[in-house]
Amino acid sequence: MFWLLLGIVILMLTSAVLVLVLDNLLAALAASSVVSLALALVFVILRAPDVAMTEAAVGAGLSALILVLALRRLGLVGVGGRRVGEGDDA
Amino acid sequence: MDAYIGPLLFLGAAGLLAIGVVGMLLSNHLFRMVLALVIAEAGVNLMLVLAGYRWDAVAPILQPGVAAQPMVDPIPQALVLTAIVIGVGVQALALTLVIRIREAYGTLDMAEVRARMEVDVAAAGGGEATGSRERPAGGRPLPGPGALPEPPR
Repeated sequence: MFWLLLGIVILMLTSAVLVLVLDNLLAALAASSVVSLALALVFVILRAPDVAMTEAAVGAGLSALILVLALRRLGLVGVGGRRVGEGDDA
Repeated sequence: MDAYIGPLLFLGAAGLLAIGVVGMLLSNHLFRMVLALVIAEAGVNLMLVLAGYRWDAVAPILQPGVAAQPMVDPIPQALVLTAIVIGVGVQALALTLVIRIREAYGTLDMAEVRARMEVDVAAAGGGEATGSRERPAGGRPLPGPGALPEPPR
């Protein structure tokens, strides 16, 4: 159990760092989703199944949806190396 | 190794909180600041659930006909449930502000937005901004060329 939790915590912290260092904002958003999903796993192990359900549905699903819609509104969505700079108006 | 699970998870929660706060303080892009806020929220939620956790207990679900066993504390769990939903609301509000800032100023660079906001606030108050990138406050000398890094685009 300890090693499983160690792996999950390492996954969580590396994705949290990736959120800050990734150049592509869509990839950073996906990394923040990974943090939420790993957190939901930790909640299951901590015997908080209701919190885990909410975290997976709201924290990973709804929040990622809101973020990606805002990203599209801002015109910053770029996939496959092509990145729309934030300087030009979309 | 089971004795180390609590400290490990506390370290993880503190790490998430630290990464989120550092990201909010150091990043110069408004959208990335919102993402860092999400990370910090996750760390706080994990820490709150850990506050009511005990290793030798079951999930706080009462069933008829089953003898009550030691349970983890359900109060922090209920509060965290609320905090998660409110966190998404706060996030949506922050994104709305980011979109409005982008519409007003045409940029998401924090330093530029702050400088132009100071000028706007001072103009609305009928005065002049106390300092700017070109004219530092208090008549301090300008740094030489190359002293300031170029703001990220």
